[in-house]
Amino acid sequence: MQDALLQATGLRKNFGERPAVAEVSLTVRPGELLGLLGPNGAGKSTTVAMLCGLLPPDGGQVRLGGLDMQANLGAAKRRIGLVPQELALFEALSARRNVELFGALYGLNRTQQRTRAAAVLAQVGLLERADEAAHAFSGGMKRRLHIACALVHDPELIVLDEPTAGVDPHSRNAIFEQLEALKRAGKALLYTSHYMEEVERLADRILILDHGRVVAEGRLAELLQRLEGGQGLDIELAQAEADIPPLQALPGVLGLHRDGPRLRLRLADWQAGIAVLQALAAQGLRPARWASSRATLEDLFLALTGRQLRD
Amino acid sequence: MHALIALTLKDLRLFLGDRRALLLTLLAPILIAAFFGSLFGGSGGAKKAGVGLAITDLDRSPVSQALVAALRADPNLKLQELDAEPAQALVRAGKLDAAVQLPAGFGQQAGRALFGAGPRPLIQLHHDPSKAMGLALVEGLLAQHAMRNLSQAAFQADSALMADLRAQVQRGQGLAAAEQHELLALFDQVARVQRVSSPAPAASNRAGALTGMRQPFDTQRVAAQAPQQAGYNAYAHSFAGMGVQFILMLGVDMGVALLLLRQQDLWKRLRAAPVSRAVLLGSRLLSCALIAFGVFVVLLTVAIALFGVRVQGSWLGLTLVLLGFALFTAAFGLLVAALGRTPEAARGLAIVATLMLVMLGGAWVPAFLFPDWLQQLTLLVPTRWAVDGLDAMTWRGLGLAEAATHAGLLGATALLLGGLAWWRFDWAEPA
Repeated sequence: MQDALLQATGLRKNFGERPAVAEVSLTVRPGELLGLLGPNGAGKSTTVAMLCGLLPPDGGQVRLGGLDMQANLGAAKRRIGLVPQELALFEALSARRNVELFGALYGLNRTQQRTRAAAVLAQVGLLERADEAAHAFSGGMKRRLHIACALVHDPELIVLDEPTAGVDPHSRNAIFEQLEALKRAGKALLYTSHYMEEVERLADRILILDHGRVVAEGRLAELLQRLEGGQGLDIELAQAEADIPPLQALPGVLGLHRDGPRLRLRLADWQAGIAVLQALAAQGLRPARWASSRATLEDLFLALTGRQLRD
Repeated sequence: MHALIALTLKDLRLFLGDRRALLLTLLAPILIAAFFGSLFGGSGGAKKAGVGLAITDLDRSPVSQALVAALRADPNLKLQELDAEPAQALVRAGKLDAAVQLPAGFGQQAGRALFGAGPRPLIQLHHDPSKAMGLALVEGLLAQHAMRNLSQAAFQADSALMADLRAQVQRGQGLAAAEQHELLALFDQVARVQRVSSPAPAASNRAGALTGMRQPFDTQRVAAQAPQQAGYNAYAHSFAGMGVQFILMLGVDMGVALLLLRQQDLWKRLRAAPVSRAVLLGSRLLSCALIAFGVFVVLLTVAIALFGVRVQGSWLGLTLVLLGFALFTAAFGLLVAALGRTPEAARGLAIVATLMLVMLGGAWVPAFLFPDWLQQLTLLVPTRWAVDGLDAMTWRGLGLAEAATHAGLLGATALLLGGLAWWRFDWAEPA
């Protein structure tokens, strides 16, 4: 296994008396994508800001390529490409000028700016429209340009903060393919998202943050094994506002989440599922539909934090 | 260096790319400067409007009628002869500057009063209190023409006024015997001179004729300006003043734009790059100064091409003053951003600061119209250095040394404000 390109140890950050990040440690290796999951306020953005050199940690250390980031901030920043959550583009400028500008900020000379801009615009499929102003682009195209700006200086570590927010499925797939290509090219990627399915598809390892702390870390399969039960049952009731019996009290029911008429249960075995359906029927509640499911990251997150990721 | 140039070029491209905003940036100061310039005298060739005056002659004597005729002929006045009531109503309505009422018996009483032989008649002068300068002019012209007409009436041959005066002096009311004797001797002497010269009415204005008391001197107006070139042009001042005002606002806009940028992930993205605070803030300072300089050059080019403004001083000096002011504008914008913290607060702070700087700098009205104490106080205001410096290089026609003083002061202040902004600017994006 390759050495970690990015290694954070015991990161801490307080805002006033409030701890935003507490003892967060993580590593990202070349050719690997680490998925950083957590609800709003979990400390993801603060962690990303410390990892990118935007915010000095109150405690702990970030090392990039073996060098202490705070002691070598300029050099460390040259090795990172940041894709912030909001679009960071000068919309009145052309796509090419945007990419060249960021190239200049990372010290590329005029020739390098031109060459690299053409290369990354081709990589994200925008070379043919390189001379159009960014404001003329669709949301998905802007997102791809946003990523191109982070790649222009050929960084070793790429940090993507919710890169698919507001993107149509076609552009989302295009972005996923680009990220997979970057992984194959040996780049290290740190990816934060609310979308479990994205992280499930892309991430080699997953780190779950809650209240500024790491609550789980590992490969998806390893994490799911931590769940006591591997069975899931999704039920949609015909009556949206109905009171339901205390299903959690039934033997073999390990977890329950309700969202209106939809119930998501985690079960020890199928006997528990039958007991749930019988209990609902005894109260006159009829499932409009129901289906079994395998355990997911959502179940894991629910089990670890007691709330849904998008709460 | 690549980063500084790229960021500066980016700002220039964004500014020049917004054609509508650019047009407004240039058009607004040109229109307002043209308005103020025409208000304060234009390029000097336009005919002055004259003071609006109504006169009511209740006397109808030869003296009062001669006075009315003299006032009517005066090019500084636009005279209307009206009854008292409508005349005063027009003054109250602001349509006339003043209304004069000559009382009955004016000619006779004024003639006597001229030699201290009776009470002085009272001329009522109704005036618009908002037009004090017009009132002073009316009082001066009234005194000038009244003295001339009265003395002419008194000293002409076979003057009825003189006969009346002689009769009064002979009665000796209130006069000492010696005084009575000397006055009668004076009248006799005047009568002899009148008989010798007896000027024909048509020749009454020739030199040496007894045409009444006149102002005993003439004045020649010589504008204190560059001797060899065009005259004073009010547009030179108005373009300097409005240029200063609008470019200062441009600087504020750029400061506020910096604060808005700081609220976006774009700022985070710029900070994630390996560029220093010096490059990020310095590029903003540089681009703002270049834009301010460019806009002022365009404004002055329009003033020269369309409004007859001439650079009668040093071109190099003018360039230095413009550069000094451009740097001051950029530093002022950054300081507003640094002290305001949020766009909303910065905008409020900037409006107050800009209005104060513009007013006290003499951008709206020339500083010489300020009270003495304010003129002294505003010598400390940077915008005054800019406006005075531009005046010095345009219509005053002063040299490079004068410009260097103004430009140096502006540059030093820019350095000070820029340093303060650097120190106070909140570098991180708001949490």
